[in-house]
Amino acid sequence: MRRAAILVAILLGLLASPVTADASSRASLPDIEDEVMCPICGTLLELSTSPQAEREKAFIRRLIVAGRSKQQIEDALVAEYGKEVLAVPGDSGFDLSAYLVPILAFLIGVVALALGVLRWRRRGEGGEPAEAPHGEDAARLESDLARYDL
Amino acid sequence: MGTKPFLAVIAVLAVVGLLAFGLSKKGASGAEVGSAAPAGSLPRLDGSGEGSLAEQRGKWVLVNFWASWCPPCRQESPALQAFQDRHGSSRFTVLGIDTRDLSGDGRSFVREFRLTYPQLRDGDGGAASDYGTTGVPESFLVDPGGRLRLLRRGPVTDAYLKQFVAPLISAGGARR
Repeated sequence: MRRAAILVAILLGLLASPVTADASSRASLPDIEDEVMCPICGTLLELSTSPQAEREKAFIRRLIVAGRSKQQIEDALVAEYGKEVLAVPGDSGFDLSAYLVPILAFLIGVVALALGVLRWRRRGEGGEPAEAPHGEDAARLESDLARYDL
Repeated sequence: MGTKPFLAVIAVLAVVGLLAFGLSKKGASGAEVGSAAPAGSLPRLDGSGEGSLAEQRGKWVLVNFWASWCPPCRQESPALQAFQDRHGSSRFTVLGIDTRDLSGDGRSFVREFRLTYPQLRDGDGGAASDYGTTGVPESFLVDPGGRLRLLRRGPVTDAYLKQFVAPLISAGGARR
């Protein structure tokens, strides 16, 4: 009985998987409107309710109904409005700096930290021990320490 | 120069460079009355190749930036078409530029208002930026030599076209 139940579960799983995969690849407005811009407003499409944004959303909905994938819809938006419609920077030209600058900043930070640690360690190794206080300073130190004796 | 001042100078130069790049990307303040009007080519709205202001050289051209989603553009379109009907000739034309708009919506707009003057498409708003538009609709009157003679931010009306545009294209003269 238990074996039969497991077998049925596996079969159901196999049957369900193509449906699930199809559903996951289907484009949706919420998935796209947070990655594209409203060109007139200069904000993400999901944040805008301007007339131009509403037209853009209607355009996306029409393409979703027509069965286009997310990539195809983004390509269609670029064909209509140009590359600036994409909220994610491109992978060439000046747009590349959006990816490279954080990496460079991280590397510079790591190098600066390593140099700082090295310098600090050298100071710790090479530094001379402090001289013991003499005369009046020694007496004052003794009296201060005595005050803290419990 | 020590390492620290050197790095500080590099950092300042980098920031200044980025600011300058940003400003240059934004472009100049746009076309001004008396200056040469931008005349780059754009796709025709009906999809039949490319067109440009340069093609109209020798005519007075009223370059009109519009978009189908813009209510004032709907308001001014009948006046523009009527003006084209009255004055369109070998000496004058309206040139529509549909900017930051969906091409299908733009074509529907042209059909709805039965616009017969040439229409170009400026999907990414590059031409609108070159002209320094601040929104839509905006209209720029360009003389036969390609110089900008008049600009109107906002919708044009029959009265405006009659009072400011008609005298210029009739006389062929120059005034702001």
